[in-house]
Amino acid sequence: MNMGLKQHHGSWVLILSFIFGFMLAIMPLPVWAIAWRPNWVMMILIYWCLALPHRLGVTTGWIIGIIHDVLTDTLLGQHALIFCLIAYISVKFHRQIRLFSVWQQAITVFILVTISQVLGIMIRSIFGQPHMLGFFISPALTSMLLWPWLFIILRDLRRTYRVS
Amino acid sequence: MSSSIVEERTQTIRVIVFVLGSIILMFADHRLDYLKTVRTHLLALVYPIHYLVNLPMEWGQWLSTSANRRFRLLEDNAKLRKENLHLQVTLQKFDDLKSENDRLRHLLGASVKIGERVQIAEILAVDLDPAKRKILINKGKKDGVFIHQPIIDAVGVMGQVIHVGQFSSVVMLITDPEHELPVQVVRTGLRTVAKGMGMVNRLSLLYLSNTGVNTGIKIGDLIVSSGDGQKFPKGYPVGTIIEVTPDIGQPYAQVHASPRAALERNREVLLLWKNTN
Repeated sequence: MNMGLKQHHGSWVLILSFIFGFMLAIMPLPVWAIAWRPNWVMMILIYWCLALPHRLGVTTGWIIGIIHDVLTDTLLGQHALIFCLIAYISVKFHRQIRLFSVWQQAITVFILVTISQVLGIMIRSIFGQPHMLGFFISPALTSMLLWPWLFIILRDLRRTYRVS
Repeated sequence: MSSSIVEERTQTIRVIVFVLGSIILMFADHRLDYLKTVRTHLLALVYPIHYLVNLPMEWGQWLSTSANRRFRLLEDNAKLRKENLHLQVTLQKFDDLKSENDRLRHLLGASVKIGERVQIAEILAVDLDPAKRKILINKGKKDGVFIHQPIIDAVGVMGQVIHVGQFSSVVMLITDPEHELPVQVVRTGLRTVAKGMGMVNRLSLLYLSNTGVNTGIKIGDLIVSSGDGQKFPKGYPVGTIIEVTPDIGQPYAQVHASPRAALERNREVLLLWKNTN
C-alpha cells in the first residue's frame, strides 16, 4: 500500500478500461443474448491483476464489485465478495498464469468465471433470490473466447501509455 | 523475497476481512433498511455510467424523429389532436362524475376519496440483474421520488420504486418474483394478492380457495389494486384473468393473470403522488 512512495503511471487508463467494462456489462442486449453476456468487468480485473499485481489486488476487486452491485442492482456485497476472491486468486498465481500461452490463459479465465458463477448461484440460493436465466457456464464460454482479443487490446494500451 | 511473503500474507488477511465484510453487508442489505442512504449516494455515483449507456438510445430516437418526413409528423400531430379532444370530452364527464361521487360519499359519511398527482419519468435503456424484473428511471430524490412509490403507465399498474438515487431510481415491476400486490376483482369484489412469477407477462393470484373460484373469479375478469397495504392507491387496473385451474389436491386454486401495463415495451412511465389536501 506504499502508493505515495512509488510513482504510478497511467491511472486513467485503468479507470477508463473499467468504466468501459461496466458500460458493456449493462448495455441492453436482446433477450436470447443476455445469458451469453461475457463477464467483461471480471476479465478486465483479471488482466490488470496479472499485469500489475503490485498495484491492484483484493481492495480494487472489492471496490469494483461494489460498483457492479450498484450498477446492476444486486445485493450489496454479492459481486464484491466474488470479485475480491477472483482478484486474490489472480494475484496469488500471477507468476504461473503469466507464463501460459494466450489460450491456456483463456482456459484459466474460463475456470475463474465458472467459479464466480457457482459462487453467484450459491449466494442467490442463500438469500432466496431468483436464479440467472440460461445455463450458468455460458458467460464463462464467451469470456474464454473473447479473452485473447481483450488481452491484446489491454496489453497494447498498457505498453502505449506505459501503465505501471 | 521476504517482503513478497509479507505482501502475500497481508493480501490473504485482507481477502478474509473483505469476504466477511461482504457477507455482513449482504445480510444488512437483504434484511434491513440500514443501507438506504448508502444506496442513494452510490446510485448517484454511478449515474454517469447509466447515463452514458442510455445515450446511444436517446440519439437513435432523436435521429428517427428528425429523419421522419414532414407529412408523417403532420399526420401524427392531427391524430394526437383528435385523441386529445376525445380525452378531454371524457374528462368533462369524469369531473362531473367525480363531484357527484364526492357528494354521495359525503352523504353516506364515508371518507372522501383522495386524488393523485403524476409526473412522467423516462426509462433508461440499461440491463439490470437479468434474473429479476427491474427497470431504471431517470427521476430521483431531487424530483421527490420516495421508496415504495407506485409507478403506473397509461393503462395499468407497473410496479414500485425500491431504491432511490439522487438522479435515478430502481423500479421493481409487478412481474418480479419478489413483488406482491393486493388486488381486487372488479366484478365481484373478491380480494387477493397478485404475485410476480419472474415471467414477462404472468401474475399469479394467491390464496384463492377452490370453492371461491366457482363464484368469485372467471377468465376475462379485470383486477384492480385494492388499496390494502397503503402503498398503492385504490382502483388502478392491474391485469386480466387468463387462467383459472381449481386444484383439488392443493388448498388453493391456481389462478393466473396477464398484466395490463406494457411492462417491457414502455419508454415512459408515470410516478404517482398522493394528494394530501
